Amino acid sequence: MIQALLDGILTGAIISLGAIGLTMVMHILRFANFAYAETLAIGAYVALVADRLFSALVPVFDAALAPLTLSVSLLLALVVAMAVAGASAVVIDRLIFARIRARADALSMVFASFGVALILRNVISLIFGHHPQLYSQDIAMARVLSLDPLILIKPDQVFVLMAALVLMAAFHLVLTRTTFGYALRAVAENPALAQVSGVNLKRMIVAVWLIGGGLSAAAGVFYTLTNQLTPMLGHTFLLPVFAATIVGGIGSVYGAVLGGFIVGIASGLSLMVLPSGYTPAMPFLLILAVLLIRPQGLFGEDVR
Amino acid sequence: MIGLISYLAFFATMAGILAIAVLGLNLQWGYTGLFNGGVVAFFGAGAYGTMILGARPDPMLLGGFDLPWIVAFAGGILLAGLVAWVVGALTLRLRHDYLAIATFGVAVALESVVRNAQWLTGGARGMRGFPRPFEAAVGDTFLYGLVFLALVMFVLALVYVGLQRLVSAPYGRLLRAIREDEEAARSLGKNPARLRLQAFVIGSMIMGASGGLYVSYTAFISPQDMAPILTFQIWAMLIVGGAGNNRGALLGAFLIWAVWTASGFALARLAPTDWQLYSGSIQYILIGAVIVAMLLWRPQGLLPERLSIRHTETAASARTTSKGVT
Repeated sequence: MIQALLDGILTGAIISLGAIGLTMVMHILRFANFAYAETLAIGAYVALVADRLFSALVPVFDAALAPLTLSVSLLLALVVAMAVAGASAVVIDRLIFARIRARADALSMVFASFGVALILRNVISLIFGHHPQLYSQDIAMARVLSLDPLILIKPDQVFVLMAALVLMAAFHLVLTRTTFGYALRAVAENPALAQVSGVNLKRMIVAVWLIGGGLSAAAGVFYTLTNQLTPMLGHTFLLPVFAATIVGGIGSVYGAVLGGFIVGIASGLSLMVLPSGYTPAMPFLLILAVLLIRPQGLFGEDVR
Repeated sequence: MIGLISYLAFFATMAGILAIAVLGLNLQWGYTGLFNGGVVAFFGAGAYGTMILGARPDPMLLGGFDLPWIVAFAGGILLAGLVAWVVGALTLRLRHDYLAIATFGVAVALESVVRNAQWLTGGARGMRGFPRPFEAAVGDTFLYGLVFLALVMFVLALVYVGLQRLVSAPYGRLLRAIREDEEAARSLGKNPARLRLQAFVIGSMIMGASGGLYVSYTAFISPQDMAPILTFQIWAMLIVGGAGNNRGALLGAFLIWAVWTASGFALARLAPTDWQLYSGSIQYILIGAVIVAMLLWRPQGLLPERLSIRHTETAASARTTSKGVT
């Protein structure tokens, strides 16, 4: 029970990170972006390359920071991955979404994002192969927290949870304490009014893609730190991340964070009753439950 | 010669089966403006429903009721309709992308169910042993291929004519009215949520019929047949052919299926051996690129939606008058 809860919280932190950007994009650009979760995979693979590169250039960086399997070069790679994934989100928007946005309705954007996701996922497969990859070949030993009931936790998992919380807290500070954050919230609240008040909408859209892409990349790297990486990473996280935004209410950043933890914990706990093969269906059941009971989600306001 | 004919029959049968699903999607997206992100869920519900009801008994499985083919087929279609009704009733009153997410979700959920529910679907092993319609009466394999093709074409014609009549009737105008301007339709006393749900369920049942025919043809089904790529293929067929035009939907289905098959052949022949593993990825990129390119450069498709000239003229003059007033 406690073990399932613990694992659920960890997955939840990763889903939350991914859902923050998605909920902002869905609210400001008003379309469900099916290509969004691919930024998790882009981030994770960029980090894989950057990690090898840094380790080769500066061998000292390759040493794991005990008790973690994480190395300095991977930490640097994380930063690179966040930047590259954010930039790639902006580029994809420029190349495809912005052009469709200019003359078609939101559903054409949903449709296009569907195609973009398929292209991204398979380009990644072509470049890196279908086989699972790892950041570190070191075996991460789990620490026994308690023997009865048996609770195991890896130091890496603690790090991931902490790092995710730090990133979310940092974003919270940006949102509430800076002029930029204020403008961002204004755009999310009412794009037209924000523009009248002198907020540059185009620049804000770029910022949203950058932040969303960056946070998703972090989610992808954190996931890979404790699991295997395959090109299906984005596809695996797509439904959980969408479920988190719907549970939290589309447009609500805090809702997305809470929703992510709810989806993660629910999936973790479901393992106690159902075989693990059914886990991918859990987010869908949560979506159905939320739509039945409270369609606007926990913190959302507009659903029509 | 017989080899060529039976291959062509196989090709046309598959394209015809998929064309039925494209027609179902056209009712949803083309005429009503509903985004279905999980076409494969309704196709799969129809396929598994038909299989479970019509297959020969299997001691390992709950299913295998050995019902007459037509009953099993109808059951599969109803199952697809039921799934659509649940998803649609919950989402169609909300913002449009809830339906997109929920349909994508139901596809993921159903795939995980058919993969894991050993007692019902045989899990990853799949199900086999389906008595194909008229097979016993025909006997000969080659002839049976042609008979089945005729069956598929018959169902396709039935769906096509039915949909043509539906969308050219006042009902079709109503659906387009909701697609174009929901508020206006509502102000005329129409109920957009209910009409959308109807169109969504009918379209999904047509996809279910497509799945039911597929399983009747192959007499085998496994979770592999519910891979997400099918949704993308059906979408590519519709967008290439022309959303909102049933003839376009047919054209797109045959065209994309031809391109898909040909590219598969070409990759198998020409690609170096160590690339064979990735020929699927190359084909998927092709499908994704077709979808994105069509949306960017020719969103109306090869055969665009045709609205009667009178209709467009009145629409244009209505625009001018409203501009004159303001």
